[in-house]
Amino acid sequence: MLELESLCKRLGLFTISDLNLRLNQGEYFVLLGPSGVGKTVLIEMVAGFMAPDAGRILCEGQDITTSPPEARDFAVVYQDYALFPHLTVAANVAYGLRARGVKSKQAAERVRDLTEKLNIAALLNRHTGALSGGEQQRVALARALAPRPRMLLLDEPLAAVDVGLRARLRHELRRIHQHTGTTFLHVTHDPDDALYLAERVGVMLGGHIRQIAAPEELFRAPSDADVAEFLGMRNIMTVDSASQGVCRAGGVEIHAALADESISHIWIKPEEILLSRQPFDSSARNQFRCMVEEWENSGPLLAVRISSGALRLTALVTYESFNKLGIDVGTELYCTFKSSAVHCF
Amino acid sequence: MSTVLGEARSYRLSWFALIFAALGSCVLLLIVAPLLALVLSSSLGELSQAAADAEVTQSIRLTLAAALAATIVCTLAGVPLSYVLARRKFFGKTALLAIIDLPIIIPHSAAGIALLTVIGRRSLLGSVTGGLMGSAAGIAVAMAFVSVPFLINAAHAGFLAVPERLEKAARSLGASPWRVFFTISLPMAWRDILSGMVLMWARGISEFGAVIIIAYHPMTTPVMVFQRFNDYGLAHARSVAVLLIIICVAIFVIVRFLARRPTQEAQNA
Repeated sequence: MLELESLCKRLGLFTISDLNLRLNQGEYFVLLGPSGVGKTVLIEMVAGFMAPDAGRILCEGQDITTSPPEARDFAVVYQDYALFPHLTVAANVAYGLRARGVKSKQAAERVRDLTEKLNIAALLNRHTGALSGGEQQRVALARALAPRPRMLLLDEPLAAVDVGLRARLRHELRRIHQHTGTTFLHVTHDPDDALYLAERVGVMLGGHIRQIAAPEELFRAPSDADVAEFLGMRNIMTVDSASQGVCRAGGVEIHAALADESISHIWIKPEEILLSRQPFDSSARNQFRCMVEEWENSGPLLAVRISSGALRLTALVTYESFNKLGIDVGTELYCTFKSSAVHCF
Repeated sequence: MSTVLGEARSYRLSWFALIFAALGSCVLLLIVAPLLALVLSSSLGELSQAAADAEVTQSIRLTLAAALAATIVCTLAGVPLSYVLARRKFFGKTALLAIIDLPIIIPHSAAGIALLTVIGRRSLLGSVTGGLMGSAAGIAVAMAFVSVPFLINAAHAGFLAVPERLEKAARSLGASPWRVFFTISLPMAWRDILSGMVLMWARGISEFGAVIIIAYHPMTTPVMVFQRFNDYGLAHARSVAVLLIIICVAIFVIVRFLARRPTQEAQNA
């Protein structure tokens, strides 16, 4: 549906170079990357507000690289929703319809229809200043969807809201996408958005798309350690050698339930690593003597960095355990984790 | 809510508050005292006499009309310029902004002389138009020259306050740049533009230096105040001045009232 061919853009400190991307009709595509990686610049180029230095943008086979934004038929939804403060909700939603010459009567019908579906019909005569975050998002989506654009471009639409609301809005977004069947291109820095919303995810690091995959696939098999780390995976280690059920990393033999010859990395969730003063018998296949290198607060838990030979791991423990074990720099402990806690890619 | 000047609730006096208030009062006094003294020193009889003087009323009409014409023409041409200044980055923009402020800086009599070289009888433009010296058009040009920076700067600030994302969102919804300008940018900046127009108009009305060089006749009110003071003395100049001040303040208040920002509650009532 949308094709980006060898897009290049140099802007200040960062560059997008030779970026290729192909979006399917009707899919929810999430472009995931840390802030400052050029995601917004990409959206600006696709929307037509910025020209690429090189490369082409095609939509349904047509070259639209130099088309003005109003001719592209892509509606942008911004992080702060960019509602028009001098217009009512109804006029906001009708804006795109009126701009395309739809008669005011038909526009009003479409507005009523759409706002009823989005549960904002009661807000039509209000000004946008007094809307809650959730209402604002729905108005912004209604406004973007009203003229039936070929594609929706969502620039971090969930970044400005608090955690509880974010989950609700995510749910809403998915429902709306399923309902409309419009192609969504959503850029975000939050892996949870990708996991929950995307049919396919592109991970953008350092001006390149490193990996494109379905979210399950992405989290199961990140293409490299940078991608894995960005996705929130911790204790990532390069595997020296591996065979069925076991591998060597950092000079230590580690049991990994899913290991085979093809794997190159393993990672272990910090909360799945147990720390103890004494070795103990259990079904867990991995147990090492280790030493505490350092520790720091990590929200409601403490992150304890331990080393065992060349192996370096981070474990998360509660304050209670931390005190009970008397952890300090240099404390000698045992770390234990199950072979099923070792993830491979 | 506490302020820098002290707890608003307890009104406790401190040296800080006292000294700042005293200094501030000095400035206010500088502005208010002469105006108040002027208005108070002129009697109603004097004023009605001035208001009945055909020369005076004609001069006031000319002054208001010339300044208004200058403001309207400059708004039509200056608002697009302000928009471009607020939206585009280009080489020499800083220099351009400085050039726009030049009329504020240079002495206005010098500005009048400079204008003469362009619109005077012997100038290129003057040879076509027959020169604008001594005409209402010439007066309007002189007023425009010295007062247009106020309009451009206010409109520029107004457009800067409109988030560019709103315009982009509108473009992506299918609106042409024209439509975006007239439905988003202009409606959101109109208060600043109007306030710039009022400033420009008021500045135009009060212009003396540049106007007197372009046209001693027909006589604008500031010129008339000067002429009557010179020829007949303070009392005769005073009533004309007061009349002009009263008219200007009245218009100023009315426009400010019309362009006041609605409060949040009023918007959603």
